[in-house]
Amino acid sequence: MKITDETIDHLSHLARLEFNGDQKERIKTDLTKIIDFVDQLSSVNTDGVEPLIFMTETENVLRDDVDVVTISQTEALKNAPVHDTDYFKIPTVLKK
Amino acid sequence: MAITEEIRAKYKPVIGLEIHAQMLTRSKAYSNDKNEYGSAPNTNVSVITLGHPGTLPRMNRKTIDFAIRMGIACDCKISELQHFARKNYFYPDLPKGYQITQDTTPICTGGSVLIKDENGNEKRVGLTRIHMEEDAGKSIHDIDPFNTLIDLNRAGVPLIEIVSEPDITSSQQAYNYVTEVRKLVRYLDICDGNMEEGSLRCDANISVMLKDAKEFGVKVEVKNMNSMRNVQRAIEYEIERQIEAIEKGEKLVQETRNFNALNGTTTAMRSKEAANDYRYFPEPDLQPIRVTQQHVQKIREAMPPLPNFLHTKYTTELGLSEYDAGVITDQKEIALYFEEIIRYTKNYKAAANWVMGDIKSHLNAKALDITELKLSPNHVAELISLIDSGKLSHSLASQKVFPEMLKADESPLKIAESNNWIQTSDEGEIKKLIAAVIAENPSEIARYRAGETKLMGFIMGQLMKKSAGKADPKSAGKLLTEMLSEN
Repeated sequence: MKITDETIDHLSHLARLEFNGDQKERIKTDLTKIIDFVDQLSSVNTDGVEPLIFMTETENVLRDDVDVVTISQTEALKNAPVHDTDYFKIPTVLKK
Repeated sequence: MAITEEIRAKYKPVIGLEIHAQMLTRSKAYSNDKNEYGSAPNTNVSVITLGHPGTLPRMNRKTIDFAIRMGIACDCKISELQHFARKNYFYPDLPKGYQITQDTTPICTGGSVLIKDENGNEKRVGLTRIHMEEDAGKSIHDIDPFNTLIDLNRAGVPLIEIVSEPDITSSQQAYNYVTEVRKLVRYLDICDGNMEEGSLRCDANISVMLKDAKEFGVKVEVKNMNSMRNVQRAIEYEIERQIEAIEKGEKLVQETRNFNALNGTTTAMRSKEAANDYRYFPEPDLQPIRVTQQHVQKIREAMPPLPNFLHTKYTTELGLSEYDAGVITDQKEIALYFEEIIRYTKNYKAAANWVMGDIKSHLNAKALDITELKLSPNHVAELISLIDSGKLSHSLASQKVFPEMLKADESPLKIAESNNWIQTSDEGEIKKLIAAVIAENPSEIARYRAGETKLMGFIMGQLMKKSAGKADPKSAGKLLTEMLSEN
């Protein structure tokens, strides 16, 4: 499969990543190799084979509707790089 | 905007709605932190909700049952085997980087919602699907000028998304459809239907086409309509905007537009083609769900009565008018209260009148919900039977007895007896009163007997006054006519 500059641009936009100049060429080479490697799977004829989604046959692993407090607000916020006592803080999303 | 009726009539709007309803569960969809509106920010969270590495979701069985309830109510096909999918996108209020939803195997497919069109005729709006998913957190842009604040209490709250077919052809129908869906989820007790708080949200897909066209026009999605009225306003605006653009020869683009409630217009948010690539794939962390026929049957048997069922029952079996049935079934709690009253009385029309009249105006005046009303339905039924049997006049019942009942929720018979309000239909008693009236008003009686029949009203009034409103007017009137025609 051909990985083009447009593919890289699209994927980096979705992943919120940036690749410039030399970086872009390198990721293009790497990604091509990865895709070609995985693409070997396409050589197997899978006509009439149902897709396998789950590795086990377990079904209905369900939980009762009970609410439990497991972590405090302080604990919830403490690993965030920027926060106050109530909220996570991130750079402004909406441009005024 | 200025498009004439004539131009507008050339086009047919094609509208499909997507409604998200937050489920009234105690805990979230895939974790056991609390599902509650209005808690202090970031208190209803867990490591699963926060998307911490190594955490795994666990499915809430109640969400499934609630979705099935809605499916049964809309006559959908309930899927036997299904799995979840990841919808991938990066946004700060989505900690995991993906939303767990259903893609290829929604829990319900097909079915319909019965609505009224703009002419009051019944119309079925088809459903494409109902699927389960989770809500995102909340981004707050207007507290801190330099930062966006994130509250993840809402992240992971269970939702069902109800997707309609593009069967809706006017803003009025869209309004009626959302009203009907809200009524249904409230009857089913699966969502509180509060659009202002966002527990019921609606997005609209709108296009217009020339009436004889074979192909749909370019579809625009409108978001952010946070009330019933705004759904209607946004759709109305969008229909006109699209028609006007087409008439001017402009090319419409497929895009998402935001509704602005302040000026009633929509503005472009993002263009659809480039931005949306969600790369769905099956969610490996949740095992598939199998719903057996027996399970669906169990839920079906425990279903509450639905508004359409009650409406039909009221108009056909109970002989109520369309209007009465509509008012009573509009709110589940009112309907259930009415249902209680009619367990004790067969005078359905009177029961409806009391509910829609005295009881509703009391609730309105006191700004009460009917669930807060301290008035036993059997006492209302008893009041009706007191009137029907002639023991109480309607005006006494309404003006004197009913207010007393609201004070103490006592039996109306007791109240009427202790206040000496019971009407007498005892002939001897009434005859005595009539004789006194005849004796006291000789000239009017003479003129009446001479043919001035319109004086009957006056004489009857004197009689009622004499009895202090307690003579049963029906038997009193009959006796009075008899005694006046004697000699």
